[in-house]
Amino acid sequence: MGKTLFEKIWDAHVIAEDEGAPAVLYIDAHLVHEVTSPQAFATLRERGLPVRRPDKTFATMDHAIPTRIGAVEIDWPDDAATQVRTLRQNCADFDVPLFDIEGDVQGIVHVIGPELGVTQPGMTIVCGDSHTSTHGAFGALAFGIGTSEVGHVLATQCLMQKQAKTFAINVEGALGHGVTAKDIILAIIAKNGAGGGVGYVFEYRGEAIRALDMASRMTICNMSIEGGARAGLIAPDETTFEYIKGRTYAPKGDAWDRAVAHWRTLKTDEDAVFDRALTLDASALEPMVTYGTNPGQGVPVTKHVPRVNDLEDPAERRSLQNALDYMGLAEGQPIEGQHVDIVFIGSCTNSRIEDLRAAAAIAKGRRVPNHVEALVVPGSKAVKAQAEAEGLDRIFSEAGFEWRGAGCSMCLAMNDDKAGEGKYVASTSNRNFMGRQGPGSRSLLMSPIMAAAAAVNGRVTDVREIL
Amino acid sequence: MQPFTTLTSTALPLRTENVDTDQIIPARYLTAVTQEGMGDGLFSWWRYARDGSPNPDFVLNQPQYQGSEILVAGRNFGIGSSREHAVWALTQYGFRAVISPAFADIFYNNSLKNGLLPIRLPEETVGRLLDLVEEVPHTRIAIDLPSQTVTLPDFDSGTAGDSEGSWSFDIDPFRKQCLLRGLDDLGYLLDKEEQISAFEAAASH
Ligand code: SF4
Repeated sequence: MGKTLFEKIWDAHVIAEDEGAPAVLYIDAHLVHEVTSPQAFATLRERGLPVRRPDKTFATMDHAIPTRIGAVEIDWPDDAATQVRTLRQNCADFDVPLFDIEGDVQGIVHVIGPELGVTQPGMTIVCGDSHTSTHGAFGALAFGIGTSEVGHVLATQCLMQKQAKTFAINVEGALGHGVTAKDIILAIIAKNGAGGGVGYVFEYRGEAIRALDMASRMTICNMSIEGGARAGLIAPDETTFEYIKGRTYAPKGDAWDRAVAHWRTLKTDEDAVFDRALTLDASALEPMVTYGTNPGQGVPVTKHVPRVNDLEDPAERRSLQNALDYMGLAEGQPIEGQHVDIVFIGSCTNSRIEDLRAAAAIAKGRRVPNHVEALVVPGSKAVKAQAEAEGLDRIFSEAGFEWRGAGCSMCLAMNDDKAGEGKYVASTSNRNFMGRQGPGSRSLLMSPIMAAAAAVNGRVTDVREIL
Repeated sequence: MQPFTTLTSTALPLRTENVDTDQIIPARYLTAVTQEGMGDGLFSWWRYARDGSPNPDFVLNQPQYQGSEILVAGRNFGIGSSREHAVWALTQYGFRAVISPAFADIFYNNSLKNGLLPIRLPEETVGRLLDLVEEVPHTRIAIDLPSQTVTLPDFDSGTAGDSEGSWSFDIDPFRKQCLLRGLDDLGYLLDKEEQISAFEAAASH
């Protein structure tokens, strides 16, 4: 029997598997950020251990840092400044390369990894962050780990892992105009549930996936964790190789040719069998919007918020009722037309140059109403520079959006970008949990073009009407 | 890591599904550079009113549940971020076990690495435990890791509405040993130095 892509990468990285113990998995690249690493470095210090492979470790700062343009470090909140200083000290003491906010390469860890060419097909990649699944878009086995495990990888470049099961997600057909990768993944999670992928690694396959560019593939793999799967994979192809070629850490010369020859073998064999499978017809998808407090609670923009009594499972009912109470939405109301107070375009899901171009095309020549606050937060300094070179910052500013520096920002509201109590946020990020974007904030997740449309209309809008 | 063998305690009923790690510990508590101080942030959105005073409606603040070391919660507990802070918050507050029909993967793993025992029991059983603990808050639940069972010591078998009055749970045998002995993975991995070096040497050719 053939192997799935996941099994190929897994098998190539298991260095030991003792009777009755989980496998020891070798890690090719370890990404580190300021929030989940300090306690791991502390463990190394306590035990007198070095970082085993600083050359396979890459650090940046993204979660806690302010993104206001011109925010100078001296004015930062103390705790963010302490985390950043701690990371600098740790990277200096343990020889780990750091992409500092002072330099030109800093950004959200899942945006800069691919941008630098650190992310490559067939690799195992981890980070103390659940959206490490993003890197699966390149055919890398990439997943989030806790801080204890960050320490394990720093010290040994290895992790103890149980092999996950495999789940094929086939997306056939072609996407309609105005329907994007974000809508594919929100539709998958709405169908399969926020816990539906627990214990599995997703592999996204099919015509609609093959047709996507790398930014879109990253959007999909990014939210695998929102579907419960720790990792999501897309087999590498010409689109992948084209993206990687020439990037800082990409192989060069002969090494490049050898790498590509190997990468071409990284696909699921014809006769391989998945543990589970799900098929979606891309041509039937519409732009999606979430109405609830987990990412599985989403509907097409043309539809209504579900009714509690239409659900059979008591737990689902309770969950929906709680969500509606928190969100201040009525069951059965159309989601289109729901007013928004804040619009956030950013996060590791949707802050790449392609996302910003698409959003800018909607914003261009339109105007955000005065009562709406709209933010555009590029995923990295490189994205920011590119966007500025293309004049996107001006388009956004003229339309009334605020243009920011690179970071996580209002995706998790750790810095000072917080949505206020009860505010509706049209957001391109990945989590609509209670209070995620600020105490009492109410997130409506959607694609960048849907968010831009919501911004200029001040309400949830079917972007297809204004494309 | 604190070893886990057996535990008998009252339980806190959290009848909510999909409790995500942002609810367990919001991002603003993540600014620390040490593990300490997480207990105060546990369930902070639910536990405190916006002015910081305790919310009397939230179970954690109700006198009958003080001192409970077991948390019983709806399905998909711990979804969301990889923050181990969520586990630190639970253990620092005083919880030693969580019972739920399903856990998110990363949370489940993080728990095992901190001596917090995550127990998966069928939806129906968890529902029954929630009913029981809500009705009779001083009900004690006994967890025995060596025999992998959950029982109700205050009831004769059968009176809890279950034919056995005792439920067994699954746990990976290796993880079980680590919990029983309070061992973490790091020592085990450091012992693999030879294989790690051999793998690296082979990979560089
Ligand atoms: S952008 Fe949001 S989801 Fe992504 S790494 Fe940052 S905080 Fe996490």
